[in-house]
Amino acid sequence: MSPAEFSALLPLLILAASAALLTAVAGFYRNHGFVAGFTMAAFVLSFASLFFAKSAAPVAVTPLLLVDDFALFFMGLTFAASFVLTLLSYGYNGGAEGRHTEYYILLMLSALGAAVLAASRHFASFFLGLETLSVSLFGLVAYMRTARGNEAGLKYLVLAGASSAFLVFGMALVYAATGSMEFSGTGALKGAEGGAVMTAGMAMIIAGAGFKLAVVPFHGWTPDVYEGAPAPVGAFVASVSKGAVIVVLMRLMSGALLPGRPLFIFLTVVAVASMFAGNLLALFQENVKRVLAYSSIAHLGYLLVAFLASGTFAAGAVAFYLAAYFVSIIGAFGVVTVLSKNGSDMEKLESYRGLARRNPLVAAIFTAMFLSLAGIPLTAGFVGKFYLVAAGAASSMWLLVLSLALSSVIGFYYYLRIILVLFAPDPEQGPPEFIHPAGSAALIALFAVLLFLGVYPGPLLSLVGAAAAGFGQ
Amino acid sequence: MILVWIVMLPIIGGLIARLSGRFGRTFPAWVCLGALAIDIALAVGLWLGAGANARGAWIVETKMPWIPQLGISVHLAMDGLSLVLVALTFFLGICAVVSSWTEVKERVGFFHLNLMLTLAGITGAFLAMDLFLFYFFWELMLIPMFLLIALWGHENRRYASIKFFIFTQAGSLLMLVAILALFFIHGRATGEYTFSYGALLGTPMGYTTELLLMLAFFAAFAVKLPAFPVHTWLPDAHTEAPTAGSVILAGLLLKTGGYGLIRFVIPLFPEASFNFAPIAFALAVVGIVYGAVLAFGQTDLKRLIAYTSVSHMGFVLLGVYAWNELALQGALVQMVCHGVSTGALFMIAGSLQERLHSRDLSGMGGFWTSAPKMGAVMLVFALASLGLPGLGNFVGEFLVLIGVFSVSPEAAVFAASGLVLSAIYSLWIVQRVFHGPQKITVADFRGHEMAAMASMIAVIVWLGLFPQPVLDLFGQTLKTLNVTTARPVETGIDKFKAGPAVYRINLSTGVQKK
Repeated sequence: MSPAEFSALLPLLILAASAALLTAVAGFYRNHGFVAGFTMAAFVLSFASLFFAKSAAPVAVTPLLLVDDFALFFMGLTFAASFVLTLLSYGYNGGAEGRHTEYYILLMLSALGAAVLAASRHFASFFLGLETLSVSLFGLVAYMRTARGNEAGLKYLVLAGASSAFLVFGMALVYAATGSMEFSGTGALKGAEGGAVMTAGMAMIIAGAGFKLAVVPFHGWTPDVYEGAPAPVGAFVASVSKGAVIVVLMRLMSGALLPGRPLFIFLTVVAVASMFAGNLLALFQENVKRVLAYSSIAHLGYLLVAFLASGTFAAGAVAFYLAAYFVSIIGAFGVVTVLSKNGSDMEKLESYRGLARRNPLVAAIFTAMFLSLAGIPLTAGFVGKFYLVAAGAASSMWLLVLSLALSSVIGFYYYLRIILVLFAPDPEQGPPEFIHPAGSAALIALFAVLLFLGVYPGPLLSLVGAAAAGFGQ
Repeated sequence: MILVWIVMLPIIGGLIARLSGRFGRTFPAWVCLGALAIDIALAVGLWLGAGANARGAWIVETKMPWIPQLGISVHLAMDGLSLVLVALTFFLGICAVVSSWTEVKERVGFFHLNLMLTLAGITGAFLAMDLFLFYFFWELMLIPMFLLIALWGHENRRYASIKFFIFTQAGSLLMLVAILALFFIHGRATGEYTFSYGALLGTPMGYTTELLLMLAFFAAFAVKLPAFPVHTWLPDAHTEAPTAGSVILAGLLLKTGGYGLIRFVIPLFPEASFNFAPIAFALAVVGIVYGAVLAFGQTDLKRLIAYTSVSHMGFVLLGVYAWNELALQGALVQMVCHGVSTGALFMIAGSLQERLHSRDLSGMGGFWTSAPKMGAVMLVFALASLGLPGLGNFVGEFLVLIGVFSVSPEAAVFAASGLVLSAIYSLWIVQRVFHGPQKITVADFRGHEMAAMASMIAVIVWLGLFPQPVLDLFGQTLKTLNVTTARPVETGIDKFKAGPAVYRINLSTGVQKK
């Protein structure tokens, strides 16, 4: 392995080594504070090593991985998100109990899987990354061993299995058509005459990935899993796991999405259906986690607008939107996390009544996160949505752009509804909830990033612009 | 930089007010008054210096890069049109703070924060000369306004606030798509990707594209204005909002719609607007008559006043689409005067609600005996609303009708019938509330309320008797609008260029062509 390849792989190596080390240490020392601190340190180190990798990038490490600016950008996002989620989980899991050690190991492994996905350029690494991610998440979803958690975990397992089956079958078909397992090898046939086998293979890959992305019609599992999973894990499923799959799909399909072709039409239908179904189904939910689940379905629909637009500008839009969406959705789940007590999540909408008086700061942060998801100015979500619409408009995809605009009008209703509950007076005004300091720190940091990106998005725009430069061809 | 301060001051004042809420109930109000007083002083200072400074199109201009990657800059600029509307914003802002002096009892600091943020958003929208920045401010005013209605409103506030938000958002998202389309069309044609208003004027595009983009912009502004048939959010929002919210909604938020039509829709899409004018006339006339008729049928005082807004704002739509100097001058005067007079009517309705805990007209009557000052003030603004000569609204509606008559006599005739109807409902309000047998007694206006009312009366009388300074300020803007809107002659839209004549209005000699 050359030095360049080594530095390019350094972030992945650090994370993998940390997970292995923690597994070994867990045999005799299981202090909660130590484990969480170790995990956070691992994420910080991996994040720092991205700068070494950047100096070497872009570099292809074996036929499997391509560490370029876009992969590094997404890894950075993943590590930062995982760091914040570790902080939130520390407050959420609470106490010094030893039984939480594996939770953090699984968190590191799933982040590793996401990072591999972001860098993969070969079906083998695609599949390996995805399985690392899914298997760890299955453990995390069911980690609390409550009845609902077990149900959610089982659902997630069955779905992950089914989607992997689709994926592998699709890969096999594409291989049969092209004779190559590398994304670049399939590329030769992508735009031109792929034939029915190629199209069928790609469609199956999209279906398999569609389960992970929870876009309509593959979205059925989402609300139940989000509801049953611990809140920080829900945040991870909604953010990192979906983002990684989007990134790998972008690499796979770069240049293959030509307007008028069957795949393009199929994905257009999926996007429009996700936007409307997600927003409409969220209208009548009484459970905050379910609202967030449906909202995330709609947001993936929005993201597909830029995905379909393809090209450098659109890739930048996807990257920026992912960052904005990560901050908002993790922030929203984060508020649920810090308010949850003793293993039962605070998820009933009614229990948030009067929060603005009990915990003004938490209510303000929650409001900001919802406004960002709704795409209101001063928040990151606004710039992100603006960028998405711009990407769609640049490619003249008016159907998708108008669907985005109209369906987000529906979305305003449920976001506002939650905000109104926060500010409504509570007849039985209870005392302020105790907020774990780790949780508060994470929330305040997310809030600051949200506002910064909303007011001064310039630096991040430059970053995503540079990262997306590789998607020109 | 002064423009940045003008926008920032309400935000800073609002934040201080929020933090100072714990020091006492009136403390936040004083902070807001202070911030708005400085702002209004800045605006007046700019006004006084306007003649000397105005070399180019703008009295004062600030431009700095914000998001250079997307061609977005913080470009604020003020001309006569913006100046008058910004001054109106701060004036009505002060009135709104005064009107909620005793009405708001809960979360006083947070209330004032929302109030000031709304004002900042409105001010920014009047000053932004970058379409992204404009959209930013356009959206920024909505959330605090939504919270004002939803948290401090009356019985049906939840429904009204969400309806308000969704109506306005639906329009503005269409505008966002159109802004981006314009951005890319301009970028592809010229190679310069920018949101700058000045650069986007005269973007070459096909007629169908122009028409679609124009409609998307029109949708956003028509909802705000409001134009028939997208006015239905207005009666609910105005009725349920707290007094300060109603004052700002009626006095300022609606004006952003009229401003947007004048500043953006017609200059950016002159040809499509010209062809659209007959439809706009029809919508305006229907709005004028329909609003007036519905106003007559209301039993809720605030709802009644809300419907009169629909009627009066129809004149603005009419004047804008006539697009000649007289009609535009009229539309602008109408915007200012409607802001002041309807704001005042809402303040009276609010103080009655505070005293009676009801807005039901059937429970009112004979208040003149116990509250003569309130009755006299109400009479003044009712007369203003019906267009009595000598008060500002008359100047506005009269100029609009003259201007429209030269373009479309039919529209002018039907619109004029709105004046008759407004006479009926205006006098009817006074008669129902202040005349007849005395049912109950109410406390009369106190000092601070009379001070606000007196200053509002002064503005209305001033604009009614001596509107020339305001017309001159507008006149400068109209000349630049005229230049920027002019398209090559072969497009055949000469009618859209305001004539070279400068009209002088003088009460003794009437309208003169100079």
